Amino acid sequence: MAEVLFAIVALATGGSALGVVLSRSIVRAAVWLLFTLVGVSLTYFLLGAEFLGAAQLIVYVGGTLVLVVFGVMLTSGGPNQGFRPKKLEWFMAGSLATALFTLLVVGSLGLATPTSGDGELPGTGPLGLSFLGIPEPGRPSGSAFLLPFEIVSVHLLVVLIAAAYLARAKRRVGGTTEPGGPP
Amino acid sequence: MNDLGLTPFLVLSAFLFACGILCFLTKRNAIGLLMGVELVLNAANLNFVAFARYVPEFKLEGQVFAVIVIVLAAAEAAVALAIFLNFYNNHAGVDVDEAKDLKG
Repeated sequence: MAEVLFAIVALATGGSALGVVLSRSIVRAAVWLLFTLVGVSLTYFLLGAEFLGAAQLIVYVGGTLVLVVFGVMLTSGGPNQGFRPKKLEWFMAGSLATALFTLLVVGSLGLATPTSGDGELPGTGPLGLSFLGIPEPGRPSGSAFLLPFEIVSVHLLVVLIAAAYLARAKRRVGGTTEPGGPP
Repeated sequence: MNDLGLTPFLVLSAFLFACGILCFLTKRNAIGLLMGVELVLNAANLNFVAFARYVPEFKLEGQVFAVIVIVLAAAEAAVALAIFLNFYNNHAGVDVDEAKDLKG
């Protein structure tokens, strides 16, 4: 049962990842990316990480992908909309990607699955406690994640302010504004 | 679900990683490159979660790092799109081959 479910989800995820690579239109690539992200979140659910699956659906599918689609809409209509790379570029990139894939697959086939104990992932409660700086029972008191959590949240705030500053409305260029300068 | 083993997840993640590499090697559209980066980040995240599931010492750490990577990917997408919008305003397109203003 688990094997069948994983096979279906993995085939869907990998197929839509290929769709991202192979589709010529950037809008279609965005739609394929949507299916890939949903497939990855289903894989998280299969692994038993429910919080991560939900966070993936909310943040990636609901946030990042909407940002990407907005970017596609705001920057569409360029001259190279349906640009296809040359055969040589496909060959080089394809051989590099195949080499990397083979390397990774050989490496992961050599890894044995560790014989785990109970095997279940901790749920949302222990995760939230460790983000609040409370370590797991039986762990030393420095082994929680309050500082990374704070760093990441302040980083996200700073980055979003900077993004809003960078993307503020400006004139379209006809050669009048200097590139990169203040408007 | 308990007897699936680590390897299938690692193979799926390697496939996603290779697709991401291929994506940002073959696309000229800057947003296409961003999609490739998202694929690579998802592959890394899948590895984190798979190891968290199957290695008992990393049960919490894998999930924590995956959450952090998801948040940082959102931040990265926001900044990248802001830069691409600026680039589009200055170049009337998002072809990354035109981004050579800083070339000496």
